[in-house]
Amino acid sequence: MAEPIVRIQGLKSWYGKGRERKQVLRGVTLDLAPGEVLGVVGESGSGKSTLAKCVLGMVTDIEGTLHVDSQRPQMVFQDPYGSLNPAKTVGWILEEPLRAIGVRDRAQRRRRAAELLSMVGLEEEHLGRRPAQLSGGQRQRVAIAAALMQGSKLIVLDEPVSALDVTLQAQILRLLAQLKEQLGLSYLFISHDLTVVYQLCDRVAVMTGGEIVEQGDVDEIYDRPKHPYTKKLLEASLALD
Amino acid sequence: MRRKNWYLIVGAVLTASMLAFTAVGFFWTPYEPSAMSAADKYAKPCAAHLFGCDQLGRDILSRTLEGAGATLAIALAVLAVGALAGLAVGALCGYHGGAADALVMRLCDAVAAFPSVLLALVVLAVTGPGKYNVIAALGVLFVPSFARLVRGEFLKYRDRDFVRSAKLIGVSDLRIIFVHILPNIWPVLLSGLTIGFNNAVLAEASMSYLGIGVSATEPSLGYLLKDAQGYLFTAPWYTAFPAAAIVLLILGVSLLGEGVRERMGVGT
Repeated sequence: MAEPIVRIQGLKSWYGKGRERKQVLRGVTLDLAPGEVLGVVGESGSGKSTLAKCVLGMVTDIEGTLHVDSQRPQMVFQDPYGSLNPAKTVGWILEEPLRAIGVRDRAQRRRRAAELLSMVGLEEEHLGRRPAQLSGGQRQRVAIAAALMQGSKLIVLDEPVSALDVTLQAQILRLLAQLKEQLGLSYLFISHDLTVVYQLCDRVAVMTGGEIVEQGDVDEIYDRPKHPYTKKLLEASLALD
Repeated sequence: MRRKNWYLIVGAVLTASMLAFTAVGFFWTPYEPSAMSAADKYAKPCAAHLFGCDQLGRDILSRTLEGAGATLAIALAVLAVGALAGLAVGALCGYHGGAADALVMRLCDAVAAFPSVLLALVVLAVTGPGKYNVIAALGVLFVPSFARLVRGEFLKYRDRDFVRSAKLIGVSDLRIIFVHILPNIWPVLLSGLTIGFNNAVLAEASMSYLGIGVSATEPSLGYLLKDAQGYLFTAPWYTAFPAAAIVLLILGVSLLGEGVRERMGVGT
């Protein structure tokens, strides 16, 4: 197997300071191989979002091994209404990641923005629009394009389809799978929705109380869950369907 | 169809007329504003003197034109000092937070606890009157209100996802503050600026009226009011025209601010 793009061993993390300091992650171990999609599932407060922030370098109070072999991993946020700057145009939003890494040539930035926009299924005319003029699904496509602008190979997806309706969910998931193949991406897919995880992920890690209680191939976990917490999660999601 | 925005229309017309009036005063006045004429003492408004004359026979239209220019210049300068400093302080405090923020905001509370004109009185009693002292004193006193306004907005935006994602792509804090967040708070800032402008006009007028503002060689509208009050019954037009200029200027800018806010859909 190739060298993993993310290697985490016995990762512990805290937030707050002094007496308020609380432990969130209690020794997490996982690997993410290049080209792989790893789902991290759990209820809110399980530590899955904290794990994502650690991978992105947004949490500094940590202990253990955290090795991320990718330039500037990016994130796609849950709410496409909050993740795009309302005062800017789509073109500006897509060009900003290039400005941040010092691409001075405006024509080059525009070209690359238009290129990625078409990859996520939007038209060049959308470059001049503001987020308020786009639908939720279109916004999420722009957010995905923006995350890819710097050529990052590792993308953290934080509930990227939870705010969308079911039809749009399927479209965005298809787009994500397609982009992964096309660009050789790896995803860390954070979700509470087991159905969605099943559609996109190769492997899944189940988190509760800051620990991973079970991880393995998607089929194995879904067909033969071992840990009682995993069973409970699966039953809950089946009951909903 | 969109409802007509009367605030915006009336405000823009009033403001534009007052600015035009003031602009004329910069280049041309019918008479030398300080030229006296014994024959025209207390002259009523007439064809030769549209606004009449004062106790020394000076043309009030000329003096109002000149005064409006002085008032506008001072108000804009006060606004520039207060808004720029307030913007910088508020943006940094709101964005970074922490102990420095708490300290600076308490300092602003302390300044804001005094009535600003009173505090400016104290400052000018020490430094002496004059245009630049008025600008400096009022400008500093205007900082806290702008700082608080801007800080509140930055607090609202600093944890938004688009700011987080800007940090992830490696945008510097200063660029996030001024390029990513600032354009979002323009509507709020704009209505703050119109209110600030009006307060600056009124503060300057009050101070000149109290005799600690500008000197007699560069009379502002407030100074004219002070000069006129002794002749309120012999020459009421002397009070009426400068006062009307102040009222119309403030009314115009207020309506304009209200209109812009309505147009941009900012809640009150």
